[in-house]
Amino acid sequence: MNIVVCIKQVPDSTHIRVHPVTNTIMRQGVPAVINPYDLFAIEAALQIRDTHGGKVTVITMGPPPAAVALRKALAYGCDEAVLITDKIFSGADTLATSYVLASAIATLGKEQPVDLVFTGKQTIDGDTAQVGPGIAKRLNLELLTYVSKIVAVNREAGKIQVERRAEGGVQLLETRLPALITMLEGTNEIRFGSAPDMFRAARAEIRTWDRESAGIEDLKKVGLKGSPTVVSRVFGPTPRAEKAQQIAFDPAAPQAATDALLEKVLAEIPKVGKELERHKVEAGAGANHE
Amino acid sequence: MSNAKTDKPIKKRKVKLEGDLLNYKGVWVLVESERGHVHPVSWELMGQGRLLADQLGVELCGVVMGAPGPELQAQCEAAFAYGADRCYRVASPVLADYRNVPYTQALTDLVNQFKPEIMLLGATTLGRDLAGSVATTLKTGLTADCTELAIDPEDRCLLSTRPTFGGSLLCTIVTLNYRPQMATVRHRVMPMPEAQPERSGLIVDVDPHLVETDVITKILDFVPDDQSGKPQLPYAEMIVSGGKGLGKAENFKLVWDLAKTLGAEVGASRAAIHAGWIAADRQVGQTGKTVRPALYIAAGISGAIQHRVGMEASDCIIAINNDPSAPIFDFAHYAIVGDCVQVLPALRKTFAAYLGKP
Ligand SMILES: Cc1cc2nc3c(=O)[nH]c(=O)nc-3n(C[C@H](O)[C@H](O)[C@H](O)COP(=O)(O)OP(=O)(O)OC[C@H]3O[C@@H](n4cnc5c(N)ncnc54)[C@H](O)[C@@H]3O)c2cc1C
Repeated sequence: MNIVVCIKQVPDSTHIRVHPVTNTIMRQGVPAVINPYDLFAIEAALQIRDTHGGKVTVITMGPPPAAVALRKALAYGCDEAVLITDKIFSGADTLATSYVLASAIATLGKEQPVDLVFTGKQTIDGDTAQVGPGIAKRLNLELLTYVSKIVAVNREAGKIQVERRAEGGVQLLETRLPALITMLEGTNEIRFGSAPDMFRAARAEIRTWDRESAGIEDLKKVGLKGSPTVVSRVFGPTPRAEKAQQIAFDPAAPQAATDALLEKVLAEIPKVGKELERHKVEAGAGANHE
Repeated sequence: MSNAKTDKPIKKRKVKLEGDLLNYKGVWVLVESERGHVHPVSWELMGQGRLLADQLGVELCGVVMGAPGPELQAQCEAAFAYGADRCYRVASPVLADYRNVPYTQALTDLVNQFKPEIMLLGATTLGRDLAGSVATTLKTGLTADCTELAIDPEDRCLLSTRPTFGGSLLCTIVTLNYRPQMATVRHRVMPMPEAQPERSGLIVDVDPHLVETDVITKILDFVPDDQSGKPQLPYAEMIVSGGKGLGKAENFKLVWDLAKTLGAEVGASRAAIHAGWIAADRQVGQTGKTVRPALYIAAGISGAIQHRVGMEASDCIIAINNDPSAPIFDFAHYAIVGDCVQVLPALRKTFAAYLGKP
């Protein structure tokens, strides 16, 4: 199996801070990590390789420091890594991003045909869940989103069976390879890299591709220029017109405050009173009915 | 976006439509159905789509797709009741269950034929799968998980607002010279419109010319979810949510106790879930559930934008936080500045007395 996993390096969300005065995001000094959702894709790919043989190539589009994320993926056990980096890629929205990644995967496919492409369900910074479907459409791969389980892979027959999370249940799907899978979170647990993999990762060569080596054919489709959407405004959320009504709280008499609160709520927001009415215990009826 | 300042337009890019793009008219809403059941987000979008269409002075159209049968007729009628002027009914046995390729093909063809300027889908597993595929095929812009949709009166463009990474910012996104402008919106973000059963509209039947043997992906089985015992947060009318401010896992019991007295559902912030205090399916917010109960009680929750977008449509928000400058007090209706470990039991007693419970 020749498997490609697309990952993204993102700022660690637990360290993100917003500047209290200017309201700008402070990225300086924020550690970068592999997008947490992508770890499920990496692990699923590694498991298929371990059972069926072949190799896992991990790729990312990003600035040069994103090589760190690729090295981390190698330490988990991925076999090869490609960093796709070029100044003209910056400012890309999902359409432009999927174009670059699809071009790079097509280029990898010329070395050896690709059987499976994995992505995470979404990223934690963009959060759109659209790059996976975008790549699949561009490369004409069968698309399997929100996959919760790889049920069976039959390389000889060129087939794969998966369970896919739908709104009201789980679909069992069978399709043909090559396919693109976006892996659902919580479906596996990323392994600890083995010691040899960690040593190998530290020294491994990471191939670095620019627009040319990635096989980008149409420069108008990448970066800001290739993005149909633009951000027109960034702003802080507006406070409600009226400030929250403060209910004085004295720890010595806590229930005085909460009684006063309920009284106010009942007087001012009738909908709450109506809702509470449905939960009242009838006088003498005893047990409640929830 | 990392250096963008608040409330300054980044740089107004002129949208100038030319040629065929000028022919794109009307607002479309995908009526998402799975196994004959319409996802309620579709009707919420229909309500929002009505506002957009009225502002633009254009038609609101529903797109109904599925296997031929009376269900599609009923879905068209429901779409009219919720505000549609017209429905495109795309019927084929191949569309009986959702699969990416035939749905993408049918919807893409429909867009190319009838040219809407705006197309809205629910940010569900189906909607996100389909929207991403259709947008890529059409090479147009798509904004995911919007919390607000509006029309720019100057150039009639769709303004799609969504939370952006980093804690407390929102961004408004526009699609430049491409049509349709596509957006997905999550369930419960928009209010459910009132159905008007007497409304009617025009049904346009479209044959998608799909052939089962052309479709590679096959559905072997479908196992419906067992909903029993699962939290039903999106539909709950009362929710008590706990956050990191509870301090430790044991204190979450105070949230459960209050919820039990009220007959409310229990929710949580992501920080509380990350701490392992409660199951992930109770997360409220951008990456959890969106809720709009009559009563939302937030205990020890700071009110980060990702939490806020999931619950700010609640009719009554009571926030308990020991930090008087916590952001949640900017949008709560009632504020108790205090230790939630002290406030929650008192609140429980107050409600118990009122409801006649022990
Ligand atoms: C892409 C992305 C998606 C996200 N999605 C979500 C989401 O869906 N839902 C979500 O909730 N978060 C989400 N988050 C995380 C979000 O940004 C916040 O980190 C999170 O909501 C904080 O949770 P919290 O308020 O419980 O914790 P904290 O931010 O740690 O706040 C704890 C609060 O408790 C107060 N407190 C402390 N002690 C007490 C006490 N004894 N009594 C009363 N109050 C006390 C503190 O003053 C503070 O305000 C997301 C973040 C990102 C980057």
